[in-house]
Amino acid sequence: MISPASLPDAWGRFGPYGGKFAPEVLMPALEELESFYAQIKDDPAFKAELDGLLKDFVGRPSPLYFAERLTEYCGGAKIYLKREDLNHTGAHKINNAIGQVLIARRMGKKRIIAETGAGQHGVATATAAARFGMECVIYMGSVDMARQAPNVFRMRLLGATVVSVESGSKTLKDAINEAIRDWVTRIGDTHYVFGSALGPHPYPMIVRDFQKVIGEETERQMLEKEGRLPDHLVACVGGGSNAIGLFYNFLDKPSVKMVGVEAGGEGIASGRHAARFEGGVLGILQGARSYVLQTAQGQIAETHSVSAGLDYASIGPEHAYYRDAKRIEYTYATDDEALDGFHKLCRLEGIIPALESAHAVAHVLKLAPKLGKDQLMVVNLSGRGDKDMQTVMDAAPYMGQHGSAQ
Amino acid sequence: MSGTSVNPANRIDAAFARLKSEGKKAFIPYIAAGVPGNTETVELALSLEKLGADVLELGYPFSDPMADGVVNQAAATRALELGVDDAVYLGMVRDIRAKSPDLPIVVFSYLNPIFRLGLRDFALRAKAAGADGFLLVDMPVEEADEMLAICKELDLRFIFLAAPTTTPERLDKILEVGSGFLYYISRTGITGEQTGFQEGFEKKLTAVKAAAKIPVVVGFGISTPDQVRAVCALCDGAVVGSALVRRTLENKPWPAMRAELETLAASLIAPAKVVIKAKS
Repeated sequence: MISPASLPDAWGRFGPYGGKFAPEVLMPALEELESFYAQIKDDPAFKAELDGLLKDFVGRPSPLYFAERLTEYCGGAKIYLKREDLNHTGAHKINNAIGQVLIARRMGKKRIIAETGAGQHGVATATAAARFGMECVIYMGSVDMARQAPNVFRMRLLGATVVSVESGSKTLKDAINEAIRDWVTRIGDTHYVFGSALGPHPYPMIVRDFQKVIGEETERQMLEKEGRLPDHLVACVGGGSNAIGLFYNFLDKPSVKMVGVEAGGEGIASGRHAARFEGGVLGILQGARSYVLQTAQGQIAETHSVSAGLDYASIGPEHAYYRDAKRIEYTYATDDEALDGFHKLCRLEGIIPALESAHAVAHVLKLAPKLGKDQLMVVNLSGRGDKDMQTVMDAAPYMGQHGSAQ
Repeated sequence: MSGTSVNPANRIDAAFARLKSEGKKAFIPYIAAGVPGNTETVELALSLEKLGADVLELGYPFSDPMADGVVNQAAATRALELGVDDAVYLGMVRDIRAKSPDLPIVVFSYLNPIFRLGLRDFALRAKAAGADGFLLVDMPVEEADEMLAICKELDLRFIFLAAPTTTPERLDKILEVGSGFLYYISRTGITGEQTGFQEGFEKKLTAVKAAAKIPVVVGFGISTPDQVRAVCALCDGAVVGSALVRRTLENKPWPAMRAELETLAASLIAPAKVVIKAKS
């Protein structure tokens, strides 16, 4: 029996996953955040303020859009896109960033820090900090800064300081290490806005709670349009915040099937990927126990994905739990498949998706044709692709010259 | 056996018992295993002991040391590049132990490598090689039950960190199960050399010392004889890490590097060895 509301437990565990594996210096701050959040989350004034901002600042609810030509092309299930790409700042990340910045304000913190991979969480956090006039520092791996240059510029426009992280693989994991180092040094006046359903408790819970609006809206919208629940949900999974945001509301509705799509990079056999459920084993990374891509010696493996936002060595603990429970299925899409999904969505629907979301689209291209036309499918279009222009140009330089490549 | 019980057969307990009887304080160097090389690490450990080091914290490298500053992070990266793994690390422990029957050795790391190698299996191998205890930076008291049971079974000590941000309630929990000694972090932040102590440090340390039945030592940011002297006046010893590790990362021939490390260590050890008249 699935009872999503009972998780995580008081220790922050989802079965054997999750927990609070943090250095002692962080533990009191995590406890403070946990108890403050417990007080505030059902406070009507807090909810009213958050709901107001989500509606008028973010632009929620995001549309549930019938992808008519993609549906025709696949020739199977009826495909809907949950348009998180239409949110202010262009991705689902703003849902969580606004929520956490509101918490930080109420906790009396003056300074906001965050890590970012693709830059979407960094932009969302910089946006929320600017909205409330708070100092903001974003940590970003130098490899990611190069491949997501427009987002770096956006963060700076919004008044944030973007710190280039040169350690390790110079990607998301290293940005998190650096943000944690900042936080332990400035614990008194700083709130760390964690961007995904990862890290030590209470972050996986808080991030999920701020993202679950995606699934709640989807249910209402689907009932309005089709008079029933969807049959299939598809979302990409890096840390897993957009996926848990869509899935959470449906976990206790057994007729709804769910698939999370990891980054298959250059293929599992190549070793250059970020598919934690394919190549990972149980481990502890950055505060949580979950599946981790690592060596036999327990050193964290270097990951690869064409999309910076999925390029991470571990996966949110709640995902690991529901995989064990066989409630959510996980698969992967390679870089090439994701790029194909990217181009298909551009041409068929006039929507340029983020490369992260394109992994979900890639799986839809495989799954939808196998399903009957009476089946309803929702894909979380977690972000828009403007930030990925350079990566796509590098991968397919002929595009835009002839305009006909498929 | 409670966490605070003392067994003179354990080298960590024996070292602090000896220091107490002599009216001296502990000097605890932290070095990164395998930097600048494996034989150099063994030689350095033995030199430090000869100069008066009381406990050795031997860093086991991890690719993602989130609580460490640039120096220890760079050392971990270097150690991994040089091929330090479980076998190489335990080889160094064995080589130190072969020449030094008494120097207590603490395996200092993050949880994931030890977890991956198998907590009990690795603890058994470490014990057999001659290690005396563990300190795992990202394993707080709430997550430590299994490792504590293993350490108890094998008569290894498990050393916890406490920080200025640690509440009295958390400190009680830590002191209830921690053993060997308590490593008190002198400031909020990451490892690395600092010039001064944070405000309220003395008062907080005095309170921690009063609550603890096991020895309390202070580390993070200690790099000068004056700091060692100040810390040793308030507790049972000082840990010096980055100041030593930084010098092991320099591009210098080993004899010169070693001489420099010995000069530095001698200057830092002296203030810990001024005999204090016992209070009781």
